[in-house]
Amino acid sequence: MTQDLLRVENLQVTFSTRHGTVTALHGIDIALKAGETLGIVGESGSGKSVTSLAVMRLLDRAGRITGGRVTFEGRDITHAGHADLRRLRGSALSMIFQNPRAALNPIRTVEQQIVDVLAAHGKLSRANARTQALDLLRAVLIRDPEARLSAYPHELSGGMCQRVMIAMAIACEPVLLIADEPTTGLDVTTQQTVMELLARIQAERGMAMILITHDLGLAARWCDRIAVMEAGRVVEQGETVALFEAPAHPYTKRLVAASPTRASTLADLAPPDLARDAPPVVAAPRERKPGTPPLLELVHVVKSFGGPTRAVDDVSFQIPRGGSLGLVGESGSGKSTLSRLICRLIDPDDGDIVFDGESIARTPAREFHLSPRRRDIQIVFQDPNDSLNPRYTAFDSIAHPLRRLEGLRDGPALQTRVREAARRAGLPMDLLERFPHQLSGGQKARVGIARAVAPRPRLLILDEPTAALDVSVQAVILQLLDRLRREDGIGLLFVSHDLNVVRMLCDDLVVLQAGKVVETGPSQSIFQRPQAAYTRMLLDAVPYFDPQRTELLKTA
Amino acid sequence: MSDLVLNGSSTGRHIVYVLRSNPVTALAATGTLLLVLIAILAPVLAPYDPVASNVPQALQPPSWSHLAGTDQLGRDILSRIIWAARLDLVIAVSAVSLSFVTGAVIGGFCGYRGGRLDRWVGRFVDVLMAFPLFVLAMAMVAALGNRVENIVIATAVINLPFYIRFARAEVNVRRNAGWVEAARACGDSHLSVVLRVLLPNVLPAMAVQISLNLGWAILNAAGLSFIGLGVTAPTPEWGIMVAEGARFITTGKWWLVAMPGLALMLTVLCFNLLGDGLRDILDPRMRT
Amino acid sequence: MLTGILRRVGRRLLASIPALFGVVVVTFVLMRVLPGDPAVFFSSGPSAGKEEIEELRRSMGLDRPIPVQLVRYLGEVATGNLGRSMTTGQPVISDMTRRLPASLELTCTALFIALMFSIPLGVAAALRPGTAIDHVVRMLCTLGVCVPTFVSGLLLIYAFYYLLGWAPDPTGRIDIFASAPPDITGFFLIDFALKGDWEGWMAAFSQLLLPACTMALFVLAPLARMTRASMLAVLGSDFIRTAHAMGLSRLRIIVAYALRNALLPVLTITGIVFSTMLGANVLVEKVFSWPGVASYALDALLASDYAPVQAFVLLMAMIFVMVNVTIDVLYGIADPRVSVA
Repeated sequence: MTQDLLRVENLQVTFSTRHGTVTALHGIDIALKAGETLGIVGESGSGKSVTSLAVMRLLDRAGRITGGRVTFEGRDITHAGHADLRRLRGSALSMIFQNPRAALNPIRTVEQQIVDVLAAHGKLSRANARTQALDLLRAVLIRDPEARLSAYPHELSGGMCQRVMIAMAIACEPVLLIADEPTTGLDVTTQQTVMELLARIQAERGMAMILITHDLGLAARWCDRIAVMEAGRVVEQGETVALFEAPAHPYTKRLVAASPTRASTLADLAPPDLARDAPPVVAAPRERKPGTPPLLELVHVVKSFGGPTRAVDDVSFQIPRGGSLGLVGESGSGKSTLSRLICRLIDPDDGDIVFDGESIARTPAREFHLSPRRRDIQIVFQDPNDSLNPRYTAFDSIAHPLRRLEGLRDGPALQTRVREAARRAGLPMDLLERFPHQLSGGQKARVGIARAVAPRPRLLILDEPTAALDVSVQAVILQLLDRLRREDGIGLLFVSHDLNVVRMLCDDLVVLQAGKVVETGPSQSIFQRPQAAYTRMLLDAVPYFDPQRTELLKTA
Repeated sequence: MSDLVLNGSSTGRHIVYVLRSNPVTALAATGTLLLVLIAILAPVLAPYDPVASNVPQALQPPSWSHLAGTDQLGRDILSRIIWAARLDLVIAVSAVSLSFVTGAVIGGFCGYRGGRLDRWVGRFVDVLMAFPLFVLAMAMVAALGNRVENIVIATAVINLPFYIRFARAEVNVRRNAGWVEAARACGDSHLSVVLRVLLPNVLPAMAVQISLNLGWAILNAAGLSFIGLGVTAPTPEWGIMVAEGARFITTGKWWLVAMPGLALMLTVLCFNLLGDGLRDILDPRMRT
Repeated sequence: MLTGILRRVGRRLLASIPALFGVVVVTFVLMRVLPGDPAVFFSSGPSAGKEEIEELRRSMGLDRPIPVQLVRYLGEVATGNLGRSMTTGQPVISDMTRRLPASLELTCTALFIALMFSIPLGVAAALRPGTAIDHVVRMLCTLGVCVPTFVSGLLLIYAFYYLLGWAPDPTGRIDIFASAPPDITGFFLIDFALKGDWEGWMAAFSQLLLPACTMALFVLAPLARMTRASMLAVLGSDFIRTAHAMGLSRLRIIVAYALRNALLPVLTITGIVFSTMLGANVLVEKVFSWPGVASYALDALLASDYAPVQAFVLLMAMIFVMVNVTIDVLYGIADPRVSVA
């Protein structure tokens, strides 16, 4: 039996807050052997990041380890002094973080920061510090490493910053690297290359790694073993394939079910008890009589914000009545601009937007609130935390469009309409009097949807409505949106970076790259037989969940 | 920390929490209230006539009959301080409310609209703020005439850039928030977004600024009258009282300066502490 | 790098010309609407005849329409002629050059003292939030902004001159019976040092100390407060956590990582503080009878003497432009995110 590299036993962490002490970890047990990759997965609030910070002893002032033990290379480091910790961190035990740009010092060059790490552990030879830094940049496969040495973080892309971060972390040849959500916030294609790099470095150097992620797909693809965390406890751990093939704990089951696989349908995602809320629905027959105009038609729409490139460059597509269209692209592809154009919050430079046979691009966005079409086109925004007025209760938020667009005054009529919208969005009535900060992410998303459906629109634009939500919440919200479409015949425009999610909800797909349409067609056929190279790359990079698909280089 | 979901509590409980854990704020609030009462009840509270001179009693140190001593004309300093509270508070409150309203509206619209107008206003405000504002106020009072109204106007003008800048910044960070765009999708015009959606969200934070600026306004007004602008001689005003007492400081008559100075200090202190406390109540993260 | 900075300075100076022009025009107009007729003020007395006053008005150019006066004034400003002070009878420009070093010496010494104390205090408070030192610093900051300079100056005089007798008579830059240093730079401390007269230097320094401390007290609070806040914000940022995770030494993290980043906003504030001090000069110079430009302008203002006031405001604007360009350049050097191009 080999000795564990890292062993965490019954680790307890509490935070002192203004409302008293909050226990973040209730006794965690995990262990890791040399060269092994452990995935810690869980949704927000599960304590996975706290675990990693506690192991590194990087908890902020409010956090305290109140019990248990952390043993690294046979030494108890739970109560190690600052000097001992300092020698350990960055050399034997290293860490990378999410949001790499913020994790780098903005006013020091890449070279200085790498050299700082080497110098801190006495690994620096004065004569060729620059060569050492350069070698590290080469090791992380950064393009044009010589030029990057003198660059500042703000001059690098997010992916490049993460590479620099990795270069710093591996500078002193650590035996364990903790990666805390290393790809969150990066584009899918960048995510893919960063993970490949990490796996490669790990294999070359025989380093152990702890990958902390909310993304089951990512964990399944890159980890030997998985620990599932919920509310400060490890509820289940085991070999990746075995764990995901036959999850034992109910939470793991729910999480696995909610993570979309290549083959899953919306009905697969939510657990049966939640799905029962929604009565089985029969798909309404789609009315596609010849001669009726499409619900929405974009004709050569162009929008630029004054830069050298156009944000939206000659985009045309249609959505039939009651149809659903997915708009897919990475950040900067112009998909959010497009959704605001269609919602008539901003004006196109050229081209036409036709709603139900009537051109709506002629009315300037400034005056569109007076148009009778205003209530027909509604939008649900990306981040539920940011899309509700902090000073409005849920009721006021939902009533807002009714007051403005239908002139409803406070009274029974308004009450009825708000309650109806809340019911359609699956929002419990007792939450209507709450303010946004008193609601969970999923509940806020429902308020946002209720507000959008309250004026009974005919087209609903969904701008990444689930991007900020945990998978289990995402599953429920997706089902809700699908039901709205089937029962009420609302046309949907679903904007997302996640092809796999779009596939489940939408009939048709439009793939955008740098403001241009690269591919359109029925979602199933694009998903199975992508034509454009960019679409193929997107599809490959999507870390959809597949317990069979592991890409550990050392086993290859 | 991000992994912890802290449950929000109601505003009322939060206020009670802040006041209890921060008794200084409670004290400042009481002090401010007291100050306002003193100003209102000046005729009742002042033991002597603030302008009646009594030369035989001149330059008396604090005693039981004259708690804060007497000045070079034998006037009771305490009575003068009490009456001065009235004038100084009126000047500060009217100046600050004038600049608050104007600044909120201008700043709100600029911050929301953005673009060239906003850049110009922003640059102008930056220039104005970095310019020696006291010199500006001095020149204005001199130009408009040595009257109390003009002190109010000058103080309002030099406060204005702070409010414009503050409202602009606060609106600017929110203008792209989902709920602002949502309001437009809900049928609000741009005008209505600024006035009915954005400004109500920004006002609480600006209220904190009011409290902090009141202190600053009082200091400015007192400074102006100290150098002989604005309020004229017999009128009881803290700045003038200090200016008149300055002649006697080298001969050790400290109370002529210290007493009105203390009144100024305590007033400004109350406003500032109250402002800091209000900031804690509104946003504990902003505590500095 | 250097050419980039020079180009930046050049552009900033060019860009400030319209602002300076605006200041000149606005002060000119403001001064013309000033109540009180300077011709009456400078005539022989209240009994002066109408003809005498008219004569004065003509000689001062006051009988011409305001736009004509403005154009003439602008032409004079452009040629360096700022007019003649009615009170001192001297050309304003020579009055100003004689008095400006006094104001600058006072302001710069005060700023130096303030920075010497505020930055260490702010850093110390930020490193140990919630401890005694933090509370003391926060209390100092809160109290510091509440005391008006004219009160603190007078109280300092009372304590150090009247009670303790440590400070010299708080009037002027140097004891009236002592001899002034040779006029080399106009900065007494520098002139005495150049001459090697250390006794005179000490005399000038002790005379300067009280007013400088008064002004430093006034700006200590905003500087310390800013240092503390920005240091706290930086210490809580992601890249400091990274530095800890990489095992950098505590000293290196605090100095090279945290402090250098935290000083950026302090630098910006220093610019604003400097111009606040220019304004506060008026009060401090009055309290200490300091023969600077501010007290000169104030006397002129109260006497409806246009020329010195206009020149003073123009001077303030020019100093203000210089300070901003300096801050801008320093910021450009300290923060790579500000593009030099």
